[in-house]
Amino acid sequence: MNKIAEIETAWQGFISGSWQHAIEVRDFIQHNVTPYEGDESFLVGPTARTQGLNSKFQDLLRLEIKHGGVLDINANAISSLLTYAPGYLDRDNECIVGLQTDKPLCRGVNPFGGLRMARQACEAYGYKLGPDVEQACAYRTTHNDGVFHVYTDTMLDLRKHGYITGLPDAYGRGRIIGDYRRVALYGVDALMDAKQADKDALAATPMTEETIRRCEELWKEIDFLAKLKEMAAAYGFDISGPAHTAQEAVQWIYFAYLGAIKEQNGAAMSLGRVSSFIDIYMERDLRSGLIDEAYAQEIIDHFVMKLRMARQLRTPDYNELFAGDPMWITEALGGMGEDGRTLVTRTSFRFLNTLYTLGHAPEPNLTILWSAHLPEAFRRYCARVSIETDSIQYENDDLMRPRYGDDYGIACCVSAMRIGKQMQYFGARCNLPKVLLLAINGGRDEHSGKQIAPDRPVLTGAPLEYGQVMEQFQFYCDWLCENYVNTMNIIHFMHDKYAYEKLEMSLHDTYVERFMAFGLAGLSVMADSLSAIRYAHVTPVNDSRGVAVDFAIAGAFPCYGNDDPRVDGMATDLVRSFEQGLKKHQTYRGSQHTLSILTITSNVVYGRSTGATPDGRSAGKPFAPGANPMHNRDGRGALASLNSVAGIPYDSCRDGISCTFTITPASLGATGPEQAANLINILDGYFKQEGHHLNVNVLNRQQLLDAQVHPERYPQLTIRVSGYAVNFTRLSRKQQDEVIARTFHTNL
Amino acid sequence: MGSCRIHSIETLGGVDGPGVRCVIFFQGCPLRCLYCQNPDTQCFEGGRDTTIQELMYAIERTRPYFGPEGGVTLSGGEPLAQPAAVAELLQACRAAGIHTALDTSGICVSPEALEAARLADLLLLDIKHPDPVRCQALTGGGLESALILLKAAEAQGQPVWIRHVFVPGWSDNPTFIEDMAMLLAPYTCIQRVELLPYHTLAAGKYCALGRDLPLSGTPPADPVVIRQLEQQLRQRLAVLRG
Repeated sequence: MNKIAEIETAWQGFISGSWQHAIEVRDFIQHNVTPYEGDESFLVGPTARTQGLNSKFQDLLRLEIKHGGVLDINANAISSLLTYAPGYLDRDNECIVGLQTDKPLCRGVNPFGGLRMARQACEAYGYKLGPDVEQACAYRTTHNDGVFHVYTDTMLDLRKHGYITGLPDAYGRGRIIGDYRRVALYGVDALMDAKQADKDALAATPMTEETIRRCEELWKEIDFLAKLKEMAAAYGFDISGPAHTAQEAVQWIYFAYLGAIKEQNGAAMSLGRVSSFIDIYMERDLRSGLIDEAYAQEIIDHFVMKLRMARQLRTPDYNELFAGDPMWITEALGGMGEDGRTLVTRTSFRFLNTLYTLGHAPEPNLTILWSAHLPEAFRRYCARVSIETDSIQYENDDLMRPRYGDDYGIACCVSAMRIGKQMQYFGARCNLPKVLLLAINGGRDEHSGKQIAPDRPVLTGAPLEYGQVMEQFQFYCDWLCENYVNTMNIIHFMHDKYAYEKLEMSLHDTYVERFMAFGLAGLSVMADSLSAIRYAHVTPVNDSRGVAVDFAIAGAFPCYGNDDPRVDGMATDLVRSFEQGLKKHQTYRGSQHTLSILTITSNVVYGRSTGATPDGRSAGKPFAPGANPMHNRDGRGALASLNSVAGIPYDSCRDGISCTFTITPASLGATGPEQAANLINILDGYFKQEGHHLNVNVLNRQQLLDAQVHPERYPQLTIRVSGYAVNFTRLSRKQQDEVIARTFHTNL
Repeated sequence: MGSCRIHSIETLGGVDGPGVRCVIFFQGCPLRCLYCQNPDTQCFEGGRDTTIQELMYAIERTRPYFGPEGGVTLSGGEPLAQPAAVAELLQACRAAGIHTALDTSGICVSPEALEAARLADLLLLDIKHPDPVRCQALTGGGLESALILLKAAEAQGQPVWIRHVFVPGWSDNPTFIEDMAMLLAPYTCIQRVELLPYHTLAAGKYCALGRDLPLSGTPPADPVVIRQLEQQLRQRLAVLRG
């Protein structure tokens, strides 16, 4: 069969549109999707084959935990698409195949983010980086090398003292979502042709630095698309043309994703928004009788099981920042189309159903794009799944759709981007309470006492004067913004140069829109500190060096999280002015500045590196996660707390505002259906007021305390932390304690 | 607008009436129920003064979460111990189109209190014990006043949910279900009957007040057993009502 005839066969039964003439996955979805308004009653349980496969996988998971969290490392080769022979969990029973290395749960080494990190990670688990890998890198500049060749002394100071932390300068930056669906819809050859055409078109233009870089990037992308074909061929699949069936569509998508995670050890490697795309193939195969519901679910189950097996090799340090070995394989489910039809399909349900067919788990990071207009049955099902599994998160589709259209995905936890059309440069985050202490201490670090910022008078005042503090804080904030933007520019220049995400970017339009995603940690500590200085009397307690190491607080002050405009307004002003401060400074490659209020689990580490703050938080104590109010200072109940967070303006925080909400089941409602109905109303109320993101946990503190003592009884206990879910028993003791210390909304 | 004395506002109530509810806890209660879970709301001198206007602001702020069923619940303490404020707040909610529930022990039945109670869309009425003697011993107040409130609700067709905290050693006499069902059967205004298991989570609150847990030897009731008893009670009530 020739190429054109083959493509026509693959597309048989699809409604035609402009998607056939250009790479336009959204157009294909809009023409062909079957919105589903019904309930979950059509769903089926796992097949015997799935159960057998899953029990094999669960055995491996237990073994992995027994081995200290890492089952095996292949330390003798550099992970890439063609490094390993094909690997299987159970070749005869898997309907979706492909492993990162040749053995399940065995981790590959990816040294191009940073060799030292790869070496340390191997050593931490009793392995030694192989001589071939060392040799291959010996005369090669890694991304990590490049960055440190250029960092200024100030940048090193800011990094070392924890003012800007979690920077992607020693590991893959991640947060880039390949449009993996393109491989299924068009096949790899068509994608290579399109990239070649883009490259050829540049031949007639002046070879500026930007054009040369683009040409080289296009060459790399085409090269890796060819390698992707070869990788699939090793498993016995020819993915040069489009997928013909639902099973093939899922397999093609998975190969593309697998190629990406073999090639990149990115911090967050989202899947995008594949479920309703896959559903189009499912519907076609169901109509023609090729598959039944049991097989449809089996395909999704086996795919999701593979996603749950994805692993990257990371150091114990890294795990402190991002606990529980997360991959952020974020899949956006649901949402509405711009034309008012829902994008909920039967396959949206099938993805959620994997939490039952395979058991609760943190990955993939299932994210519901919530809208007031979603079909009622789907809303009810989501609420039920939340209450029963604590495994899903919600983001406001009515807020994002006008800004990102109806084919966006979520990178990591809360970062929206149009799939295949926008990407971001991940910017970690700045510890704002430390900047406040820097201001109070006249540019000296509160721990080391080192003058790391311009010298200004130490604020002693008894008590501190609000206007004076704000003036000085603004000065240091501006100073920090400049250094923060510059640091990011260096990191991403070097990442593009030495660790370009060739495969992921080959699944983007060549002319993408770029964001530079900055972050802010400690918002609630900041708001409460400023509130204390303004409404109470805060007097610094200085040590012999004249550095404020503690604060004496007299009087009461309003705390963020109580729907009190006096302090909530301070939080809003802070994010607005910080975002404006960043925007004053030019970014690498013309990327747009965005800001997130998200800490992942690093709120524990940020807290540890921060001295006592004027809100009464003692030195070393964890921050609240994301945009959450400080633990147990939100005394007026959950809705007042949510209102405070909903007030943070999304347009100043376009990279997302994370809120984690924990309530005890008995407080949410008397019966299961009442709990679900109440949860729906809470979500509606929060999102109606332009809240952006909500992690929902419905659980008792007692259950977590018990899981600390008897982890073996809770092998699949999953909880939402900050933008992602973790297996509770895989958290460090410190992180577990912090989760337990959070506010559990209860009204008994 | 008037003022009142409240203990606190809980913006998310999921179990005090239908749907998501903003719960206003009034300060002060004439009763001293041995199982009281909010002993910090008992004393009339505690709490803080607030205005109806301030309460309405807090309520309006939670309104986006109410959905079709939710609203405000006035609880306590005993809200009807402050009848003028309760009446004013209920009227203000009614004017704003907000559903109201009044959570009361029925101990206050002055004409003003009855008049205020009438204004609620739903009464959550505690029947502390169907046996008047035990009721007196358990709470320091009789059963008759609650029945006066219930009769008033029946007369005007006001919906009522009956609630009873099930306390081991107090509620588990053999005739309890039958007594309760017989007591409630005549009232068609009763839409729902809830048995709430006694728990000891308030021990910390008593401790903070420098008081001992009054039922210190009493174990918490098993929620699963209480749910079964609740079913029995509901079934028996349905049978009696034909």
